[in-house]
Amino acid sequence: MGEFKVHRVRFFNYVPSGIRCVAYNNQSNRLAVSRTDGTVEIYNLSANYFQEKFFPGHESRATEALCWAKGQRLFSGGLNGEIIEYDLQALNIKYAMDAFGGPIWSMAVSPCGSQLLVGCEDGSVKLFQITPDKIQFERNFDRQKSRILSLSWHPSGTHIAAGSIDYISVFDVKSGSAVHKMLVDRQYMGVSKRKCIIWGVAFLSDGTVISVDSAGKVQFWDSATGTLVKNHLIANADVQSIAVSDQEDSFVVGTAEGTVFHFQLVSVTSNSSEKQWVRTKPFQHHTHDVRAVAHSPTALISGGTDTHLVIRPLMEKVEVKNYDAALRKITFPHRRLISCSKKRHLLLFQFAHHLELWRLGSTVATGKNGDTLPLSKDADHLLHLKTKGPENIICSCISPCGSWIAYSTTSRFFLYRLNYEHDNISLQRVSKMPAFLRSALQILFSEDSTKLFVASNQGSLHIIRLLEGSFKHLHTFQPQSGTVESMCLLAISPDGNWLAASGTSAGVHVYNIKHLKLHCTVPAYNFPVTALAIAPNTNNLVIAHSDQQPLPNDKTLLYNPLPPTNESDVIRRRTAHAFKISKIYKPLLFMDLLDERTLVAVERPLDDIIAQLPPPIKKKKFGT
Amino acid sequence: MVEEESVRVVRCGGSELNFRRAVFSADSKYIFCVSGDFVKVHSTATEECVHILQGHRNLVTGIQLNPNNHLQLYSCSFDGTVKLWDYVDGILIKTFVVGLKLHALFTLPSAEDSVFVIINKEKPDVFQLVSVKLPKSSSQEIEAKELSFVLDYINQSPKCIAFGNEGEYVAAVRDFYLSVYFFKKKTTSRFTLSSSRNKKHAKNNFTCVACHPKEDCIATGHKDGKIRLWRNFDDDKKYTYTCLHWHHDMVMDLAFSVTGTSLLSGGRESVLVEWRDATEKNKEFLPRLGATIEHISVSPAGDLFCTSHSDNKIIVIHRNLEASAVIQGLVKDSNIFTGLMVDPRTKALVLNGKPGHLQFYSLQHDKQLYNLDIIQQEYINDYGLIQIELTKAAFGCYGNWLATVEQRQEKETELELQMKLWMYNKKTQGFVLNTKVNMPHEDHITALCFCNAEKFENPTLVTSSKDGHFKVWILTDDSDIYKKAVGWTCDFVGSYHKYQATNCCFSEDGSLLAVSFEEIVTIWDSETWELKCTFCQRAGKIRHLCFGRLTCSKYLLGATENGILCCWNLLSCALFVFKPSEPRPLYIQKNISREEVQWGVFVPRDVPESFTSEAYQWLNRSQFYFLTKSQSLLTFSTKSPEEKLTPTSKQLLAEESLPTTPFYFILGKHREQQDEKINEAFESELVQLPLTENIPAISELLHTPAHVLPSASFLCSKFVSSLLLSKETKSGEEIPEDVDMEEGKESDDSDEENDFTEKIQDTNNTDLGEDLLHQLSKSEEKELRKFRKVDYSWITVL
Repeated sequence: MGEFKVHRVRFFNYVPSGIRCVAYNNQSNRLAVSRTDGTVEIYNLSANYFQEKFFPGHESRATEALCWAKGQRLFSGGLNGEIIEYDLQALNIKYAMDAFGGPIWSMAVSPCGSQLLVGCEDGSVKLFQITPDKIQFERNFDRQKSRILSLSWHPSGTHIAAGSIDYISVFDVKSGSAVHKMLVDRQYMGVSKRKCIIWGVAFLSDGTVISVDSAGKVQFWDSATGTLVKNHLIANADVQSIAVSDQEDSFVVGTAEGTVFHFQLVSVTSNSSEKQWVRTKPFQHHTHDVRAVAHSPTALISGGTDTHLVIRPLMEKVEVKNYDAALRKITFPHRRLISCSKKRHLLLFQFAHHLELWRLGSTVATGKNGDTLPLSKDADHLLHLKTKGPENIICSCISPCGSWIAYSTTSRFFLYRLNYEHDNISLQRVSKMPAFLRSALQILFSEDSTKLFVASNQGSLHIIRLLEGSFKHLHTFQPQSGTVESMCLLAISPDGNWLAASGTSAGVHVYNIKHLKLHCTVPAYNFPVTALAIAPNTNNLVIAHSDQQPLPNDKTLLYNPLPPTNESDVIRRRTAHAFKISKIYKPLLFMDLLDERTLVAVERPLDDIIAQLPPPIKKKKFGT
Repeated sequence: MVEEESVRVVRCGGSELNFRRAVFSADSKYIFCVSGDFVKVHSTATEECVHILQGHRNLVTGIQLNPNNHLQLYSCSFDGTVKLWDYVDGILIKTFVVGLKLHALFTLPSAEDSVFVIINKEKPDVFQLVSVKLPKSSSQEIEAKELSFVLDYINQSPKCIAFGNEGEYVAAVRDFYLSVYFFKKKTTSRFTLSSSRNKKHAKNNFTCVACHPKEDCIATGHKDGKIRLWRNFDDDKKYTYTCLHWHHDMVMDLAFSVTGTSLLSGGRESVLVEWRDATEKNKEFLPRLGATIEHISVSPAGDLFCTSHSDNKIIVIHRNLEASAVIQGLVKDSNIFTGLMVDPRTKALVLNGKPGHLQFYSLQHDKQLYNLDIIQQEYINDYGLIQIELTKAAFGCYGNWLATVEQRQEKETELELQMKLWMYNKKTQGFVLNTKVNMPHEDHITALCFCNAEKFENPTLVTSSKDGHFKVWILTDDSDIYKKAVGWTCDFVGSYHKYQATNCCFSEDGSLLAVSFEEIVTIWDSETWELKCTFCQRAGKIRHLCFGRLTCSKYLLGATENGILCCWNLLSCALFVFKPSEPRPLYIQKNISREEVQWGVFVPRDVPESFTSEAYQWLNRSQFYFLTKSQSLLTFSTKSPEEKLTPTSKQLLAEESLPTTPFYFILGKHREQQDEKINEAFESELVQLPLTENIPAISELLHTPAHVLPSASFLCSKFVSSLLLSKETKSGEEIPEDVDMEEGKESDDSDEENDFTEKIQDTNNTDLGEDLLHQLSKSEEKELRKFRKVDYSWITVL
C-alpha cells in the first residue's frame, strides 16, 4: 500500500430516513423498501442485496403500504390517499390515483394478482381491478367503524381478513360483507390500554388468521368460527409487523422493542401429524421499532425506525456457506451522495432536501505512519443550499474546479456557478435550463470542468459545454432502440475523451466524446454494476460488480502503488498484490484521491446515526 | 440388653437429602428422598418421616417408583445393587446385584423388565447409560448381569439424562452438546452449541435436561441461565430451539409439569420459576426459598412439586406455587466455626446452619428443631462478597443465655466484630436478643465462656481475644428508669504481658477462672478478679483449657498446639504433661473415617446405658458425635443399625386409616408420644403433652357413634381436661440434673475432642494394634498418680 495523507471526514451529518414498508417479490427475488420520506428502493436479493433502483421521495408522500403485483408491478399507498404505481424501467412514477377514502393504511394484492385491496382511514376496504396499464375501482366492502390498518387475502382469494382498531373483520370477497368480527382483548399485562391496534394480519390457507397488535400479542384465530385459538404474549410493546413464508410453515413478527421473533410450525410428536406454532428464535438486530418484516424463502428481512435493513438468513435453508449465509445490515444507499472538488479541496454533501459545501481542513504538521496529525485549519462549512419544493434531491455534483454545482430533483434540474473572492463565495444560478433537462439520475463534470454529462431518466445522455455563466448543449446520446433503461452510473476518463455509462442491468457503454459516438459496449455480466472508473494513464475501464468477487487472476493490469520503503520484506511481499485492504475506516461512504499522496475518506459512524434518532423504548437491562 | 458388641462408627443421620431428586408416590401422599445409605419416606402432609428404608451398604444414588406397581420403589446405590421396596410397609422385596458402582437410576413404563442405570466402566470420567434386565425370580437376591449399552460418554449426574415421549428417545447433555438417542431408529442425533471463548458463548455449557411429557420438546438448562426448548430434533437440519432467559446464573434443574403445560426451573437465585406455555412473558415465581435450588421434581398426580435445596432441605410446593411443607435436614452449607455444642435445654446439637444462623438439630429424630437468626441481615448470595460470619457461640446458665460472636473482615485493618447475648424466653420458647456489643474487643475473639456455677447470682461471661485482653461481662440492671430491663456490661478487663489470650475457662464451682495467654496459663479469682497464680510451660501455645469436674475439680487440663495435653493440680500447683502416645488412653477406635475429624461433642443420653465392659464405660452416660471435613455426622454405637432406629409402621397405618380432622392430629401426636413412651424410660423436659391415661377419653369420643354421644358441652370439659397436664406425672418426669454431669475425664475430652481424636488417629500406626484398655474402676486420683509417674519419666528423658 502506498503512503497517503488521509483526510478522515466525519462531519457528513447524514441520517437515512427510517424504513416504513418492505415488500418481497418472490418471482424476481427483489425487495421493495419504502422509507418515511417517501423514497422507495428496490434491492436485488440475487445480486448480493444490491440496491439497483430507487424512486426519490416527496415530502407529501408518506408511504404506508407497499405491494407487488404479478411479480413486476409495484404499488404503494400513502397518507395523502393516493395509490401510486411505479415504473420500474424508467424509474419514475407511472401514475397516482386517489382512492377517495382518506389516508391509505394498508394494501394487499390478491393471490392471483389481478385485484388490489386498499384499507383506508374512513374504515372502507376498496377493491381495485388491476388492468395491464392502470388500476380501476371495482367496489367497496362493508364499511367499518375505524381505519383499516392491515389486510390479508386468503390464499384461495375467497376471503380477506382486515385488522382495524380493537377487532379483526373477515370479509367474503364475493359478497363484500363481513362474515366475522373478532374482538381483540385490550388488556395488556393486566392493565387495560385505551385501544388495541391490529398492526398486522395474515390469513393462512387452513383458515387461521394470525394477528399482531399493540398489546404485544400474537394471536391465532379460527376464521371459520371467529374464535381465538392461541395467544402468545411476546413483547411489552407493540408488535408492528408480520410476514408469513410461502409454504406457511414459518412466520416472522417485528416488535417496537426492536426484536424480531421467528415462529415455526413444528409437529407435536415425531409420529403424529398434529402440528403447532412455536415461537423459536428471537433476533435483536434493531434498536428501534421494527416497522416492517418480510419472509423470503431463505431469509428473514426486517427494517424499522433505526434505518437498517437487516437480512437474517435461515441457516437450515442455506445450502452452502457463502455470502448468503451471513447476516446483512444495509444502512446507506448504494449510490454516491458526496462529490469532491480536487482542485479546491471541497466536498459537496447531498441530503434529502439540501446540499452542503465544505472545505477540507489542512495541516502543516508531519508525522509517522499511523499518526493523527493536528489540524492547523479546521474544516469550513461554506454553503448550505436548500431546494425549493417538496421533492427530494436525486443526485448532485460539484465540478473538479469547484466553480460549478449541479443537482436534480424529479422535476427540475439546477445548475449553479460559484465565484470565489478570497474567503467569500457567491452563488449564481444558471437560469433557463433547456426543456429536456428536467430530471437527471446522474450528473458528472469532466476533469477540466468544461463539460457536463447528465443521465436523464429517459435513458438519454446529454453532453453540455459549460461556458463562463452560460452553457451550450453539445449532443445527446439516445438510448438503444427499444430500451428505455436509464443510466445511473457515469465515469469519464481523465483526459476527457471517453465516457462510460451503465444502466441497471445491461452492459456498460463507452462513448467517444471527441467524435460524439458510441465506441463499444462491454458485455453484460450476471451481476449489476456498482461502480465505474477509468484509469488515468492507461484508459482502462474498471468495473465493480455487486457479487464482490475479485478479478479472475492477479495478472490483471492495475496500477500498484509502490509499497512503503521503510517496511520489512514480509509486508512488502504481502503488499505486492494490487489490492490492499484497509479496515481502519468504516462505514465508509466516499473515498477519492485529491492528489498523488492525499486521500479523502468520508465516514459515518453508526453510533452517530443512532444518537440522532428518537430514543428507543426503554427496556430494563439486567444488572444495570 | 447389654451384649458385648464392638463399638462401630455409625452415620447418625444428617445425611444429604438433596443428593438426588426426591420422588413422589403415585398418590402424592409420600415423598421419598435419599439420605446417605437410606431412603427416607416422608409424609407430604405432615413432613414427618414415616419410614426409613435401610439395606444398602453405600450411598443411595437413585430412587424411582416401579412404573408397573406404584406401591413399590426401586433404589440403586454405590454398593452395586438395585433394590425393590414395598414402601408402605417398609419392606425390602428384592435385591438385584449388578456388581458395578451405580450412579443413577431411571425407570420406564414401556421397558417393563429393565431399568436404566449410569455406570462408569473404564476411565474414571467416562460414564455410560446402560439398561439392566431384571430377571424374574422368586428368590430374594438375584444377579442381574445382563446389561445393554445405550449411550456413552455422558455426564454422571442424573439431571443430564431425560427420557421423552414414553421412552421413545433419551436425551443426554454434556459440556456443549445435546445428544438424543432414538430407541426405535437406534440412531443418535447430536446438537452442539458454540463453545468459543468469547464472552457471548463462554457459558453455553449444558447443565440439565428435561423432556416434555406429551410433545417432542426437550428443555435444556445452561450455565449462563438460559433455558433452551428444542424441537424438531429428529431432523439434523431442521431442528430449532427457543430461548427462555430469566435466571442470571446457572440453571440447576428443570422439570415439566405432568401435563407439560408449564416448565419449572430453579437455580442459585433461590426462586422457583414456572414458565406457563413455555412463553417468556408468562411466568410465575416462588421467591425466597432460602437456598440454591438443586433439584425439582413433580408428583405423578400433578398436584405437588418439590424442590431440594443446597441447605439440605426439601420444600413441598402446591400446584398454585405455595410452599406447604419443609423437610429440613442438617444444614451443611457453611463452615462450622462454632464447633458442635449441645443445647442444655433441648439436648439438641447446635452448630452453624444457614449463613448467619445457628441451627438446633435433634439427633434423636434426625431433624432440625429450629433455626436462630443471629446476624439478622439479608443474606446476599453473590460470589466474592465477604459475608458476616458467625464465629463463636456459647450456652450458659443451663441454656438461659446464649452468647454469639460474629465478625466480618474485608481488609487486614478493618475488622467488624459484634457480640450478641440472647436470653431464653419461656413464653415464646426461643432466644430473644438482649444485648448487642459492638467491637467487644480490638481483635478476633478466641473464646467465650459462661460461668455455670449455681452460687453465682449474676450470670457471668468471659471473652478472650487476640488483642491480649480478656473481658468479664456481667448481667446488670440496665439504665431503664423502671429498672426492669437487664443488660450485659463489661465488669473487668484483664491482660497478661500483652500476650494474646487464647482461651478461657471457669472452674466448675465458678470460683476460679483460667485464661491462657499463648504458653502461659493464668488463674484468676472470680470474686475479686485478682491474679492468683500463673502456670508457665514451654510445651507450646495453649489451644484449649478445661477444668476438671466433680471429684477431679482441682485439675486443670490444657491442650497445646503441638499435641500435648497438660494437667495442673491447682492445689499443689504441680504440672503433669501427657503425651498422647504414652499414657494409656481409655479407648482407641481406628479408621473411624477417611477424612479429618473436625469437631466432636459428647451428648448426654436420655437413657443411660450400662456397658459393663470397661472399654465402653465412657459411652454410658453420653454419646460422642463427631463431624468430618465433608460434614457428615458420625457417632459410635454398639447397636446394630436395624435396632438403632425403630420402625414406625404402626404410625403409618394409623395415619392412613384416619381422616384428616383436628382429632386426627391430636391422635397422631398421641401415638407418637406413646411410641416414645415405650421406648424411653425417661421423658425429656420438652414433652408436655398428655399421657397414656387420657387416651380413653378421646378414643371414646371417636369410637362412639354420633347419635348415642352425650351433648357436646358435656364432652367438652372432659376432652379439655384430657389435654391438661396432670401434676403427678410431671413430678415423675423430673430429670436428675446430673444427667449431663459427666465424669471429669469425659468432659475433658468433650472440649478437647479436636486434638485428641486427631492424635489418636496419628498414633494408630505406632500402637500395638490391640484396643488399649484402661482401668476406670479405680478412682481418678489413682489414675492421675499413675500419670504423674509417666510424666516424670518423660521429663527425665528430656
